[in-house]
Amino acid sequence: MTDNYPPNSATGQPANALPPYRSTQKRAPSVPPVVVPATLGELSKPVFGHNKFTENDADLTHQHKADPQGERIIVAGRLLDEGLRPVSGHLIEVWQTNAAGRYIHTADQHDAPIDPNFTGAGRTLTDADGWYRFTTVKPGAYPWGNHTNAWRPAHIHFSLFGPSFLSRLVTQMYFPADPLLALDPILQSVANATERARLVSILDFDLTQPGWALGYRFDIILRGNNQTPTES
Amino acid sequence: MKNLTPSQTIGPFFAYSLTSAKDGRRLLVSNRVDSVSGTQIRVKGQVFDGDGEPVPDAMLEIWQADPEGRLAGANDGANIKFTGFARAATDQEGNFIFETVKPGRFHTSNDILQAPHISVIVFARGILTHLHTRIYFADETSNDNDPILAAIEDPNRRATLISVPESDEKSYTNYHFDIRLQGKGETVFFQWS
Repeated sequence: MTDNYPPNSATGQPANALPPYRSTQKRAPSVPPVVVPATLGELSKPVFGHNKFTENDADLTHQHKADPQGERIIVAGRLLDEGLRPVSGHLIEVWQTNAAGRYIHTADQHDAPIDPNFTGAGRTLTDADGWYRFTTVKPGAYPWGNHTNAWRPAHIHFSLFGPSFLSRLVTQMYFPADPLLALDPILQSVANATERARLVSILDFDLTQPGWALGYRFDIILRGNNQTPTES
Repeated sequence: MKNLTPSQTIGPFFAYSLTSAKDGRRLLVSNRVDSVSGTQIRVKGQVFDGDGEPVPDAMLEIWQADPEGRLAGANDGANIKFTGFARAATDQEGNFIFETVKPGRFHTSNDILQAPHISVIVFARGILTHLHTRIYFADETSNDNDPILAAIEDPNRRATLISVPESDEKSYTNYHFDIRLQGKGETVFFQWS
């Protein structure tokens, strides 16, 4: 394994001290990180149990007795490394609000209904070509306490594993043409517009199933550049 | 080379997907690393913000070598029955606990032997790009020769990475390790190059 990690490949990630996002004010470190060369510990990939998946883990609309309320959608894409090689067999975990903009989490006190048929949590493993696919409902926008009349745009949280501990990524996927995107300090924490656009999914009629569900494409590129093709 | 997908905060509502078995879901990754050999340890601590207030909505992930210094995800560890990976959410008082085994030593790419340590990632609401740190152990003399600790000049800052043994409880050896995100006693965070 000869993965390499270009030292500058972490640039473009949002800085942690970001005053418009209020929660950063007491949580962003005040001292810059100590820059040190990665060891095998950082360059190897975490291992976890692959035997605990169930059939409906990737279909958030079939985890309860009945179908959830809301607009059914398909969210799919490819997990790639910096060399644009597929990252296969890796874990993707997602979580989101229901169609009304409410998380099932007990700490969410937004006055919108819980959907008894929707937990809003899913997971899957990428296939040999790095593809993943979830069936879910479109999440809703919701208010939050960051500033007066603050609203989060609809989004799906993604947790991703790649070729190494350095590839680990937690991010959020947004929906195209949402007017709240320009007003969201969390999305706007990514300073560069081109980089920011990587977090907005694309309405994709190759993924859309006629008469059933719209498809949104969201590709993810993780840190790391595997020099050795895995298919040999 | 294409640019990476940017990071975003984990937010406060990750539990149902990542750290809780509620609502009929099975937990994929727990706060425990099982091992057939080695010294069983428990690493406990709290996460604090810049005001010294507990952080009740953080998630920590750990990744470590087995007691012989082998990593499950590396080529030399391909056949060992050991994952080395666990995750835990903090509770309302910012407490977390990991149950694992004391990791063994392994070399850097420059062939320098590292002291036993656990790699840690910190996620939380208010953290846009997750933080990397390490847990070392105060009862390991090899800390004095560890190349990563040596990169931290200030001994007070270095001390933020050293967990301290506490009295034995049942079959575990307990270590205490607090994480301070900001300000007084701020934990050392790393950028791996």
